Formats: sequence, structure tokens, C-alpha cells
Amino acid sequence: MFKDVTLGQYYQADSVIHRLDPRVKLAGTFLYMISLFVFNNIICYLVSAILLAVVIILCRVPVGYMLKGLRAVLFIMIFAVVFNVLFTEGDIIWEFWIFHVSAKGIKMAILMVIRLFLLIVSASIMTLTTTPNRLTDGLEMIFRPLKIFKVPVHEFAMMMSIALRFIPILSEEADKIVKAQTARGAKFDSKKLTDRVKSLIPLIVPLFISAFRRASDLALAMEARGYHGGDGRTKLYPLKYAARDYISYAVLLLYIGAIVSLGITFSRLTAFLLQFFAGSHLGTVLFWLF
Amino acid sequence: MDIIKAENLIFEYKRRDEDGNIESVERALDNVSLDVKEGDFISILGANGSGKSTFAKHLNAILLPTEGTVWVDGMDSKDEDKLFTIRQTAGMVFQNPDNQIIGQVVEEDVAFGPENMGIPTEQLRERVDEALKTLGMMEFSKKSPNRLSGGQKQRVSIAGVLAMHPKCIVLDEPTAMLDPAGRKEVIRALRALNEVEKITIILITHYMEETIYSDKIFVMNKGKIAMEGTPREVFKRVEELEEYKLEVPKITLLAHELWKKGIDIPECILSDKELAEALKKLV
Repeated sequence: MFKDVTLGQYYQADSVIHRLDPRVKLAGTFLYMISLFVFNNIICYLVSAILLAVVIILCRVPVGYMLKGLRAVLFIMIFAVVFNVLFTEGDIIWEFWIFHVSAKGIKMAILMVIRLFLLIVSASIMTLTTTPNRLTDGLEMIFRPLKIFKVPVHEFAMMMSIALRFIPILSEEADKIVKAQTARGAKFDSKKLTDRVKSLIPLIVPLFISAFRRASDLALAMEARGYHGGDGRTKLYPLKYAARDYISYAVLLLYIGAIVSLGITFSRLTAFLLQFFAGSHLGTVLFWLF
Repeated sequence: MDIIKAENLIFEYKRRDEDGNIESVERALDNVSLDVKEGDFISILGANGSGKSTFAKHLNAILLPTEGTVWVDGMDSKDEDKLFTIRQTAGMVFQNPDNQIIGQVVEEDVAFGPENMGIPTEQLRERVDEALKTLGMMEFSKKSPNRLSGGQKQRVSIAGVLAMHPKCIVLDEPTAMLDPAGRKEVIRALRALNEVEKITIILITHYMEETIYSDKIFVMNKGKIAMEGTPREVFKRVEELEEYKLEVPKITLLAHELWKKGIDIPECILSDKELAEALKKLV
């Protein structure tokens, strides 16, 4: 029942992308996602797609495995397509009741699908190539400056990594509780929604009690091993930038520069050209391209 | 020099009602005094509720005495400035292996203690590898603790303490949640630590079989030390042990019954082999 809960599924492989500093990957994914939303033309998406393709080849995660993550958002994609196609204002091609299909709507839908696709794949590459603890380490380092504002950054990171460690333990425990309660006549597989909600109580109460007991044991064990917060703590694997990380930052900057200049140039150019060629075949080609 | 010295130790659990008034006082430790010599393997035996776990928590300054004093390597456990040194000197391993492993990877968990001590990264690596090798867990260093057996998890916990370079390791029922194979595995590891690394071991348990190799056994009952001595001195007092709700190993019990019936074998037998030898002599 709970065995399939995976958080940030990591795919073990030995690649440059795996070895990159998590801070680079976090910053890279973040900027990449933003870049997808700034401009809305095919040339920019082409550049983004090329970068993503290079990363996919470099990271040595099987493409099929990567695309599995897309299934979860398939519904959202279809939803976005349908709405964009049916409700975008523009030159109407086909109309029925409140629905109107326009060329602009179709174009928007196509762009939306590309955008979502790039978005999901880029995010899943990050989680597939970074272990959860490297990810928390990276987040801790990135948000460290917030300490000035008394944000307990180290404590948050510690909480996150402990939570990640206990997910499999607690899910195993939940399985055991379900079996124990089923043996006593609880109905977890009832089809009625009200029954199913009710059946959660005999699961959640013991699970919480056990989680609290574990938490208090763990706190004791941490204290016994001299834990006293993040001050003066050293790390077995401190995050240190290597040459490949600086190169990646350079590539990232180059990419952002390319996207911005291309985006601005082409949106101006098309607007300019469309004035002249509106209605002609060339105008149609330009419309679909940019 | 004594690594651990407890003098007239008293500890009381106070139960309070909702207004914070003391409802009842339960004396978990009652005038406990004991010394542990550096390099010894000590066992503290006791049934549930005998106060043995409460005592263990005093050796690491997790609990502070209500009355009396505990010295760890000459440091008073009440001395707050020495708290971290005490915790580093007397490392502690608990019962439930799942609830004391902090890292998501074995080697990161072993590094947790020394990381807290602020050991530089290069030395961390050395300490972690050394501790994992000593406990024979090197091949698992990159594995997730969730994939290990109970005995292996406890060995990781012990390695985590060992990496802090303690003089003494206190183990509070480390085998209570393990299967027989896992129990053997842990006890073997502890004996090796004691013999090879000369680390003082204080094993708290209610399994008598685990204590036969110790230099000295203390038996606790109702917060007091009821018996003390070498395994042979303690194990021959079978009736007394049973009174303290401790299960005497079957072989010792058998030999004891035979001895009582007037058969000419030693009064106290600790292992199958010993009994076999003694019986062979009779034939």
C-alpha cells in the first residue's frame, strides 16, 4: 500500500551530471525553468531543447525511465491543450457554442505542451541525478545567507534529511499496522469513500504514536553523539566547487544570454515583418515559426 | 585509574499532575556505587525495571543524578563545561537500531558524531573508514541503513560511536531487538573491540549468555546492585538469580542441578564444552 512512495527518485549512474555540485544543479534547474516562461517562441524553445538534450545524453539515465515521470502530468498536459485550443481568442477557424478554435489557440497549445515537457523533464533530471542528501546539503548552502535573518537553515536541512531517512521506515510500519488492524476486522479495502476515510483513523493514530516515540529516541541518540546544532560542525562531504561546476555556470550564463537575445530579436523581428507580410503565405509561415 | 566511578547514586523519576505538583516519586536508582577499571568488559544484568537503563543514561550525562555523583574519566557528569568531552569519552549505543541511525548512508551516519565534534574533513574520512573496518562493515559504507539486517545496523551504530574515539562504550540492551544470529554478531564485535582496541565496554542486558565473557558482572534489582563478581562467581548463585527474574543459561542450570544432586562436577559451568569435559572426567 505504501511501498511505492518514493521521493526524489534517484537513479544511480556515474556521469558528469551526477558529479556536479548540487548547488549548480539547483540554480541551473531554477534558471532553466524561468527561461522557459520568459519568451514564448519556437526558436527559444529549440535552444532550450538542445541544452536539455545535451544534458540528457550526458547524464546517462535511460530516456524511457526519465519519461515515466511524464505520465503523472499527462492529465495536466491534456487539460492545458484542450483549454488553449478551445478558449483562445483569435482568428476563428471553427466555432461551436462557446468553443472557438483559432490558429493562435492551436499555436499556444503546441507551445504549452513543449514548455510543460521541458519543464518536467528538467526537474526530473535534477532529482534523478542528485541523491536526496546532496540535495539537502545544496539547499542548506544556498540558503545559508538567510541565517542573518535568524532563519534556522541548518535545522530545516537536518529535519529534511531525517524525514527522508524515516520515510521508508514509517511506510513499512504503516504496512504492518494495516495488516494488524485488518486482522482485527478493520476494513481498509471498502469501496465506500466514507468507510475509507473512517478506516484511516485506526491507521493514523498508532502511526503517530510510533513516530513520536521514534522522534524522542532519535533526539536522545543525537544528543548522546554530541549534536548541538550546526555551529562548529564539519562535514564528511563538504560541498566544494570543481572546474566542471564553474564550466557549468558558464554554460548556464551563455544559455541565458542566448535565450534573452534570441527572444528579444525574434519577437521584434517578427512583429516588424508581420506588418508587411500579414495575409500572405510568408506571413503564415512566420506566424507558425515565431 | 577508574574510567567510571559512581558513588551513592540516587535517581528519582517524579510524576507530576497537571498543575505541576509532584504526584509520586519513583526511585529508579537507589544508592548505587560502582567502579569500572579502564580496559575492562563489564556487564550489567537486570530484569525489566531494575534500573539498568537509567544507570546507563547517567554514564553519558543524558540523565543527571538526583543525589550522589558519577565520574567519567575523572569528570563529574554534572559539570556542564565538560558535557561534550564526557559524551565523547563514554559513547552510547541504544536498543532500537532504527531509531539511532541518523544518516541516510552508512558512512554518513558513522561520520555524524565526529562531525559534531568539528573534526576536519580529511581526518573524518580516516576515522570513518577505520571504524567501519574495525566492525567489518566497510563493504556497506555506501549503502542505505534501511537495507541492512538488525545485527549490521547495530554494528553501524557501534562504528558511529567508535569513530568518536571514546575510551568507553556503554551499550543499553543493544541486542534486545535482534535475532540470535544478530546477537552473536554484536557480542563478537564488542569482544573484539575490548580485546584488540582495549576499549572499556559496559554492556547492559538481560540475556545472561551474553555476559559470560565479561571481566565483571553487576546484577541490578529494584534500583540496587544486588550482586557483583566474575561470571563464575555470579552464575553459581542460580537461586538468587532466579529471584531477580533472570534466566540462567540452560547449560549452567543443568550443571547446577546435577551438582546439587551430588554429581562430582564443578559448581559453575558456563558452556556446553565445559560440561562435556567435566562429564568425560567422571566416566
